[in-house]
Amino acid sequence: MGIHCSSCIPTIESEIKKLPGINFASINIATEKAHIEFSNSEVKTGDIITAIKKAGYQTGHATMNLGIVGMHDASNISQIEDGLKKISGVLSASVDIATGSAIIKYIPGLADINKIKNEIKKLGYDTFDTSGVKSDKVEDSKTGNEEIDENQAAREREYKTLMKKFIFAAVLALPVIFFSYPTVWNLPDQFQMGSPVLRYIWIAMSILSLPVMFWSGSQFYTGAWAGLKNRSANMNTLVATGISAAWLYSFVATYFPSVFPSAELADQFFDVIFVVVALVILGMALEIRAKGKSSEAIKKLMGLQAKTARVLRDGNEIDLPVEEVVLDDIIIVRPGEKIPVDGMIVDGSSSIDESMITGEAIPVEKNVDDEVIGSTINKTGSFRFKATKVGKDTTLSQIIKLVEQAQSSKAPIQKIVDKVSGYFVPGVIIIAILTFVVWYVFGPSPTLVYALITFVTVLVIACPCALGIATPISLMVGVGKGAENGILIRSGDALETAQKLNTIVLDKTGTITEGKPSLTDVITANGFTENDVLLFSASVEKSSEHPLAEAIVNGAKYRSIELKDAQDFNAVPGYGVDADIDGRNILLGNIKMMEKFQIDLGPLEKESAQLADKGKTPMFVAIDNKAAGIIAVADIVKEDSVEAIIQLKKLGLEVVMITGDNTRTANAIAKQVGVDRVLAEVLPEDKALNVRRLQNEGKIVAMVGDGINDAPALAQADIGLAIGTGTDVAIEASDITLIKGSLKGVVLAVQLSRATMKNIKQNLVGAFFYNGLGLPIAAGVFYPFFGLLLSPLLAGAAMAFSYVTVVTNANRLRNFKPKY
Amino acid sequence: MAIDQIIVIIVGLGLSVLVAWFFWFSEKKGVKIQSSDSGIQEAVIKVKGGYTPDVLIFEAGKPIKLNFIREETAACSEEVIFSDLGKKATLTPFKTIPLELKIDKPGEYNFQCGMGMLHGKLIIE
Repeated sequence: MGIHCSSCIPTIESEIKKLPGINFASINIATEKAHIEFSNSEVKTGDIITAIKKAGYQTGHATMNLGIVGMHDASNISQIEDGLKKISGVLSASVDIATGSAIIKYIPGLADINKIKNEIKKLGYDTFDTSGVKSDKVEDSKTGNEEIDENQAAREREYKTLMKKFIFAAVLALPVIFFSYPTVWNLPDQFQMGSPVLRYIWIAMSILSLPVMFWSGSQFYTGAWAGLKNRSANMNTLVATGISAAWLYSFVATYFPSVFPSAELADQFFDVIFVVVALVILGMALEIRAKGKSSEAIKKLMGLQAKTARVLRDGNEIDLPVEEVVLDDIIIVRPGEKIPVDGMIVDGSSSIDESMITGEAIPVEKNVDDEVIGSTINKTGSFRFKATKVGKDTTLSQIIKLVEQAQSSKAPIQKIVDKVSGYFVPGVIIIAILTFVVWYVFGPSPTLVYALITFVTVLVIACPCALGIATPISLMVGVGKGAENGILIRSGDALETAQKLNTIVLDKTGTITEGKPSLTDVITANGFTENDVLLFSASVEKSSEHPLAEAIVNGAKYRSIELKDAQDFNAVPGYGVDADIDGRNILLGNIKMMEKFQIDLGPLEKESAQLADKGKTPMFVAIDNKAAGIIAVADIVKEDSVEAIIQLKKLGLEVVMITGDNTRTANAIAKQVGVDRVLAEVLPEDKALNVRRLQNEGKIVAMVGDGINDAPALAQADIGLAIGTGTDVAIEASDITLIKGSLKGVVLAVQLSRATMKNIKQNLVGAFFYNGLGLPIAAGVFYPFFGLLLSPLLAGAAMAFSYVTVVTNANRLRNFKPKY
Repeated sequence: MAIDQIIVIIVGLGLSVLVAWFFWFSEKKGVKIQSSDSGIQEAVIKVKGGYTPDVLIFEAGKPIKLNFIREETAACSEEVIFSDLGKKATLTPFKTIPLELKIDKPGEYNFQCGMGMLHGKLIIE
């Protein structure tokens, strides 16, 4: 790298040739590559690189970070470093024993990951991938795979630690509960209140409670303390305060019972500590498990990324890490392989399974010049393609980015929750204090015991977490589910608005229809054959670039008709064309054209009107001043548009079609697909205005369009749905992008948004209901009326249960299946 | 009413007021972050039961780099979300996770953990 002029070449070449064992050195300035032949025994790659650097130039290389297991002391470092440097193509290796990893610089093509790993294994160590491979050329191309794995591993470790803490607390809780309620179990007298044996048991409990509080429940204290420093309170604050109060009381009751005015007050509540810590920790552990599942969608997306690419460089096929693929690389893909990056086929053809990106189950046939999407799977044939998007620009990377953005956005409903949770925890602490006061002053005897129990119960039952995660976790699952089905939802806002929609405006061209006219009818007259009509009209239109002309030419090609050359070509604007082929005069145009040349159309005129009624564009053909027939082209309706519109209506949505076409054509298409309301002859720039008019009628409107021409209308609508085609997924004006160009995606998007919002509401109602009901019960509000009072043990169980419920409910969304 | 009851009432009410003041009404001081020579305003935020510091003051229009170090494995703080900015980062425990921002509009931008339990704020001046 860094070679700018041909005069540089001799400098580098001579510097290389100075080395012993060099047979040949030649540098190509265009490719910035050096071709060097050398004897491996006399010279090392590293020396050559040094020589090039000495001449003042840089060499391209990749850097790999590799984890190494089994190093014990500093002597291992040099052993591994030296071993690695011996591999040809490795430029440098630096081993860090503290992190247990090595940073290796190497030239891709000369050395590769497997070679390096094998060498380390030979030396007696194991390896694992840490941050993967980074190329100097392609920055920012980290796939995120490694990070996900790392977090997954961290989560797994956390789960195991929590389970250990839970089991420890739970096992100890059993005997503690047993001896805490001597009357319940009808224990002999020596275990009843006031007996010396029981006092020794209490002393044992007080000692055992310490590891439960400060090991099993350590995070309550670290969390509470950190929160306190920031003047914020969280669930940890509540649990820590609750169990600390219980412990302090029990401690005094155990060691200084005489402090209490009456003997019945000197009771202990160590059981509360053991049980609450065990249950809340168990809840957290279960939640980690469930949460891992909720983020599965993004994990799946990241897992789609291909790891390697078979790239053709200098005529050689080399396997490169996908991060090292650069623009315009030619990549070879064989059947059954994953396509590594986005690109365009240059040679060969195949059918490709794009379901992971578009949600479309049927493989797509692709030929030369067709786009292929990275991470899709090649089914049948082999082909070569040119990389057009690599690194963070690939469709997959963009999808991942969009999904992550959407998952981190806030649904408007969340704003209310945020307000509540800001006041929640300190509010609960205040309620707990007031509960204590009320029970102490007005409660039944022993007032201090009741006051303490209710104080602790209030703190323990409150579950801010259920409230906090109710919305984000459902949103995460919902948005992820969308991505799996080829629907990219841009934000929580979009998701929430989508379920309120009552009107869907569909752009006709390209949304309901294919967007490209094709030949539909050939009608003949005066003894001419279909072949004649098509041959002559297509030959006339051969050189025209008009889309209608293209449709006719393609129609002829499809029927394997060989076209002829036209002479004396004369286009009459607004009428048609006039040309000669093989000495015969051909007229092709509308009815005005025929009138101009005084052609007798006979029954053709009626047939033409019928075709126009069906939304087709008829053109008359006259050969040697005699009407020969009609050629009709139309923009045909996409296969599944009709079905999708029926489904949209079933969802209770009013479907409106908007188009620039004349009313007759528009109505014809509308009738065909079952749309009731048509806005025809709308200029492109007026589409947004028409959307606003609908909104003024009080409707919540979604606009579905192609994202480019329809951008203003998409932006004006409450929800803009862009129908994407292929690799362009980051369409700015849209709130929702449908990767696959089918209207079914609209149905799915509405269904999914409704399902997600329903799920969010269930979660919120559940969380509010739980806290709204749990807190008063815990505070003993119902005690005077029904004698209802909750034990802190039950409160702990309820709390753990409540937030596991929220996460589990959100995970139900993962089973969302489009109703079709 | 017995003297102990009166004491409990007074102490209880006093504590309630203290809790309300401490968590809701006391002024939180922000940390002003100076930009380095290269013009980047870089700050380290420790994540452990909360964000330290949790209120950071930056200048508008200059690049901001926040280095999050999550010193705990508790799942609550696994994600940090800037919902006003549409940014999110997954914090791998005991690793420095950088997050780059550039905010042109002065104002307050909140951030929080994935569960909405831990809160912090960027003040852009």
